[in-house]
Amino acid sequence: MHTFIFGIYPYIALAVLLIGSIARYDRDPFTWKSSSSQLLRRKQLIVGSVLFHIGVLTIFFGHLFGLLSPLWLIEALGISHEAKQILAIVVGGLGAISALVGGFILLYRRLADPRIRATSSTMDIVILSLLMFQLCLGTLSIFVSLQHLDGGEMVKFMRWAQAIFILDGNAASYTVGASWIFELHILTGLTIFVLFPFSRLVHMVSGLAAPFRYLLTRTGYQIVRTRRKSIKPAE
Amino acid sequence: MKIRAQIGMVLNLDKCIGCHTCSVTCKNVWTSRDGVEYAWFNNVETKPGLGYPTDWENQRRWNGGWERTKSGKLLPKQGGKWRILANIFANPNLPEIDDYYEPFDFDYDHLKSAPEMEAFPTARPRSKVTGERMEKISKGPNWEEILGGEFSKRSADYNFEGIQKEIYGEYENTFMMYLPRLCEHCLNPACVASCPSGAIYKREEDGIVLIDQETCRGWRMCVSGCPYKKVYYNWSTGKSEKCTLCYPRIESGNPTVCSETCVGRIRYLGVMLYDADKIDSAANTADEKDLYDAQLGVFLDPRDPEVIAAARAGGIPEDWIKAAQESPIWKMAMEWKVAFPLHPEYRTLPMVWYIPPLSPIQNAAEAGSIGMNGAMPDVRNLRIPVRYLANMLTAGDEEPVVNALERMLAMRAYMRSKTVDGVIDEGIAARVGLSGRMIEDMYKIMALADYEDRFVIPTTHREQVEEAYDLRGGCGFTDTNGCSTGISQSSLFGGSKKPLKMPTEVQ
Repeated sequence: MHTFIFGIYPYIALAVLLIGSIARYDRDPFTWKSSSSQLLRRKQLIVGSVLFHIGVLTIFFGHLFGLLSPLWLIEALGISHEAKQILAIVVGGLGAISALVGGFILLYRRLADPRIRATSSTMDIVILSLLMFQLCLGTLSIFVSLQHLDGGEMVKFMRWAQAIFILDGNAASYTVGASWIFELHILTGLTIFVLFPFSRLVHMVSGLAAPFRYLLTRTGYQIVRTRRKSIKPAE
Repeated sequence: MKIRAQIGMVLNLDKCIGCHTCSVTCKNVWTSRDGVEYAWFNNVETKPGLGYPTDWENQRRWNGGWERTKSGKLLPKQGGKWRILANIFANPNLPEIDDYYEPFDFDYDHLKSAPEMEAFPTARPRSKVTGERMEKISKGPNWEEILGGEFSKRSADYNFEGIQKEIYGEYENTFMMYLPRLCEHCLNPACVASCPSGAIYKREEDGIVLIDQETCRGWRMCVSGCPYKKVYYNWSTGKSEKCTLCYPRIESGNPTVCSETCVGRIRYLGVMLYDADKIDSAANTADEKDLYDAQLGVFLDPRDPEVIAAARAGGIPEDWIKAAQESPIWKMAMEWKVAFPLHPEYRTLPMVWYIPPLSPIQNAAEAGSIGMNGAMPDVRNLRIPVRYLANMLTAGDEEPVVNALERMLAMRAYMRSKTVDGVIDEGIAARVGLSGRMIEDMYKIMALADYEDRFVIPTTHREQVEEAYDLRGGCGFTDTNGCSTGISQSSLFGGSKKPLKMPTEVQ
């Protein structure tokens, strides 16, 4: 089971995430959207959504850089594992508080508000509940981490995550003996990857791309499209 | 000079009877679907009133349109690109559905299925969003019909700016007009500018502003960006939608559904040539009152040989140039100067223009002394205050509105003199800066309003840009997933979910 969760499931999850997202973007771009419910109920959304997104993005980038920065880079920069562990706990903790508060407002609103409830798909509720479950697990794992501030546990997971990406067959062995809470956290995380292409989470890609599209690739504000490709308009 | 063509519209408010046929036919064609029940690409408002969505004209509240900053830069009023991106999680300027109205239907079935009761069965309302019973409908798409509601509420109308409005609450001084509204297909659209995904665009060939439904991600910035509140968020599909100026009809040379079905014949469609290089400076004119004139300066005279040469060089088809020369829009906006843009102060350079309505002479009988300006009554004695119209159409500049109203009165006086008295009085025409021939032309187009005078629409030249042969057998309007609705009717492996009915064993 341990080998499956840490050695095989990651590849299944990443494959579904990647292929599923590409297929959806290519085949059904009409369904690629943020599914905002702000129009239907403004109350609670402004506070909830902003807190949730800021928290979740902090945690997302924290995990991304924290897990995938090569160990030699961390050492070259002179950051000790202890310092990195404490940084992760503090920044991750603050992100978690923000995301949890915002997320609970959003989840409450989604379940309790008749308008939002009536227009929610099953997947909307499942994915938000799963994210909240994952956030709780992540927050609980802070208390485990507090017991070994040397960063040893963290390095284990860094090794494992990086092993996955360099196709190291022994990836699963690096995390042997980790607390069950981490194991469940990673299992849930990978499951979120699996559900990503089938849920509204895909809007994350567009959200991350939007600043580049809007700020960098668009000069000025206006967009004019033409069918007259053959005829060059006079300058 | 970067020359482009635009299909523009003029609505002659002097003839609008407020029948809502335009709204209803538009609704039946475009927005009778889930998620846009509340949306009216075309709606008719009774003015003075707060309109739909409530108080939409008040940009201090909604922050739509553009704003000229102190340093002279033109920015969306809801903020520049960084600000818009920062609001992506929650848009503080987005109206809630209750600002439009909660869409409803009635339990019609109860009328015929109700058991025998003491009271006559009624059809009670039900929300189209939640499907639940609505005890009270508190707002609708046309809630202020014929001055419905108290004056104290209606008079919050933004167009009362600078008017001592209290007297218009008195019965003797009440006035009323209709304002049909649709997407303005602006030259400087704020919705396009606000879209972080780049999903909204203006078409070069005919100026129609459209939303690419496959690129829209539902960030909702266009809804708040549009000062006319004519972009609607479809809560079912999660995409924004707007008036398409019925482009499939326009492309084939037919008027839009709202124009075609207008029983008062108030709507006109035609081509305007404009200089796209002048848009930025025109929209950024320092004084709001000069914006109307600045927009006139963007239009190009289709009879000017230089413009014709530039249009040909720019790839504008010959029949479009000809249509521009015969355009009723050009005549009303540029030659007779009787049509005006709606709220030019939003700086979007709108392309749906309005002819202000005439109204009865105020207190004429009791005073017995109508302010007569020669043979014609003084337009400042009209029941609808000129300032009110000016606030709506020229950012508060009364003079152009006064001139337009005088020309319309002159047209009546001239034609009355001609047909009743049999006298052609060139003096009437000359007094308002027109000639008898021009007035006859105005009369033909504005009063008689024959079909072919109202709609001068050249067809789109698809043959120049695509091979019809390659399109045979295709579904016609999309790439990527064909005509998919996003709902798969077949199994993962291509078979049908509903196989043919096979014979089964006889019981």
